[in-house]
Amino acid sequence: MKTKLFAAPYIVWMAIFILVPLGACAYYAFTDPNTGSFTFANIKAIETYLPTFIDSLWLAAIAAAICLVLAYPVAYTIAQARPSRQRVLMLLVMLPMCMSFLLRTLALVAIMEDTGIINQLLSKIGLGPVTLMRTPAAVVFGMVYNYLPYMIMPLYSVMVKINPSVIEAAQDLGCSSVKVLTRVMLPLSLPGIVSGITMVFVPAVSTFYISKKLGGTGTAMIGDIIESQFKSTYNLNVGAAMSLVLMILIFICMGIMNKFTDSDDVSLY
Amino acid sequence: MKKLLSLLMIALMLAMPFTAFADGDGAVPLTGEVVYVYNWNMYIADGSEGSINVNEEFTRRTGIKVVYDIYDTNEILYTKLKTGGANYDVIIPSDYMIGKLIEEDMLAEINYENIPNYQYIDEQFKNQAYDPDNKYSVPYTWGNVGIIYNTKYVTKPVTSWSVLWDEEYAGKILQFDNSRDAFAVAELLLGYSLNTTDEAQLNAAAEKLAEQKPLVQEYIMDQVFSKMEHEEAWLAPYYAGDYLTMAENNENLAFCFPEEGFNMFIDAMCIPKNAQNKEAAEKYINFICSPEIMAANLEFLGYSAPSQAAKELMDPETTSSEVAYPSAETLSRGQAFNNLPTETVQTMNDLFNNVKASDSGWSLYIMIAVIVVVIAIGVAAYLRKKKRNNY
Repeated sequence: MKTKLFAAPYIVWMAIFILVPLGACAYYAFTDPNTGSFTFANIKAIETYLPTFIDSLWLAAIAAAICLVLAYPVAYTIAQARPSRQRVLMLLVMLPMCMSFLLRTLALVAIMEDTGIINQLLSKIGLGPVTLMRTPAAVVFGMVYNYLPYMIMPLYSVMVKINPSVIEAAQDLGCSSVKVLTRVMLPLSLPGIVSGITMVFVPAVSTFYISKKLGGTGTAMIGDIIESQFKSTYNLNVGAAMSLVLMILIFICMGIMNKFTDSDDVSLY
Repeated sequence: MKKLLSLLMIALMLAMPFTAFADGDGAVPLTGEVVYVYNWNMYIADGSEGSINVNEEFTRRTGIKVVYDIYDTNEILYTKLKTGGANYDVIIPSDYMIGKLIEEDMLAEINYENIPNYQYIDEQFKNQAYDPDNKYSVPYTWGNVGIIYNTKYVTKPVTSWSVLWDEEYAGKILQFDNSRDAFAVAELLLGYSLNTTDEAQLNAAAEKLAEQKPLVQEYIMDQVFSKMEHEEAWLAPYYAGDYLTMAENNENLAFCFPEEGFNMFIDAMCIPKNAQNKEAAEKYINFICSPEIMAANLEFLGYSAPSQAAKELMDPETTSSEVAYPSAETLSRGQAFNNLPTETVQTMNDLFNNVKASDSGWSLYIMIAVIVVVIAIGVAAYLRKKKRNNY
């Protein structure tokens, strides 16, 4: 009873700032802007933006995959370090997050643009300006750069709890290092992998600033379109419908992800 | 020691507001009144580069505090007003948006008796189509849209909007990030009226913009300043007044009034219906219209003054500029935006969003393949687990 009472502030918070906006979003998504009557027209209007939806999911998935590949060894190294050093290393990982991601993205633009720092150096040594921005790759780079800490942290917190004797036991019993990784480390760190991917994928798929600044005109993401529906075109209903559909797509992706943890957590024993 | 220091700090803090006013002549102490002003980004002299700080000057003379907020496009202003959540006392929309706001009953009638400086506004800027009875608006500036280009890189003569479709400059072209201005460029190139409501023509204009999209570096509003000044982009359709500001920082920039014609606009000050402090708003508008303030403000902005009295106070070099004050012959090619029917505005917005949305088809197939593989792995893992549970 008492513990329930402690949760009350959060439940009230959730009701006001999560459930009510969600309800409003659903309401707008299914109503006609002029008459306020029930309609599916907003959902149908999304059809034209289908390629943008797919592009967004795709770019976010690539970013999450790259983050995983980069973050896994980093998290492992940190988890293996001495406890005092671990704190310093984690601080270094989190340090960039103390700065607004808008600012960091703008800084990336200043570095990567055609007249940016890299290209000025390149032109000095005669390699000429190279187009680094305005490609899907640049958008993925921006996402990886911005969201990497969100992958490292859950991986680290899972890995630091893995008992080193489990790994030693595997080695003693004749596992090669590849086998240790695939049969011991990966299954044990799977919850961290899943939550890391979720934490990178979800914000990446709905991002709107990175793609606008680093991408070209051909890499508009669904977040950009939703933003303009609300900000400049006064198309609240279609915007709400797009947000709703995006949310459902994200839930589906997360559902698939969670299937992995359910099915594999017994494999070690 | 610490106590002494903190006492000293308190004394300093108390002295601050008084010393701030001590140097000014005719400074009025704060009355506690506030006027909320919502204006375009980079659209007022703010004290930089030795200019006058208009808002501070207003506070100094009237004691009314100015809370100043900015937007990038008329459409953002409209959405903000429409969705509520913010009350402004003075807004500065463009002609067609004023027409729309009047039509939707969102503006308050201005009491012109409180704005004696309205007499300095030239007759030719009164009785405009957007506000035929002069009830809702007081002109702030006027100007034209043209092509700003960098002569260092763009060596061909620039005379037509079609240069913005030139593949030679791919990736170095900018385009407006608001539907009305962007469509205007395409419509002029196709020879349509800027106020067309014909759906086929709008579709054709959207197609034209889609054709331009691969060449466009970014859909942009006021970041155009830095992009053009440090030569990240070479060509941009933008407002003439802003060209004059940019040209001060980069002398390679030039301006062209395209032969197909161009948009001519008036931005005017209005008071929204839900304004909290209409009196202060009228004082503010009156202050902006006084010739000396308007001259100092527009000297800095580069936009054209709607008042002969203000023009006479300005630097002759500015007022003789063909860009800010084009000849009657050039102006004859200018076209004003009218307020369009709501459906047309909606169509235009939707088409523009479609143009901006990405269109790569190839990724669809890869995506489907990835989804199939992921589901297959999921199913395999599930089956494996089931098998293991059977033991």
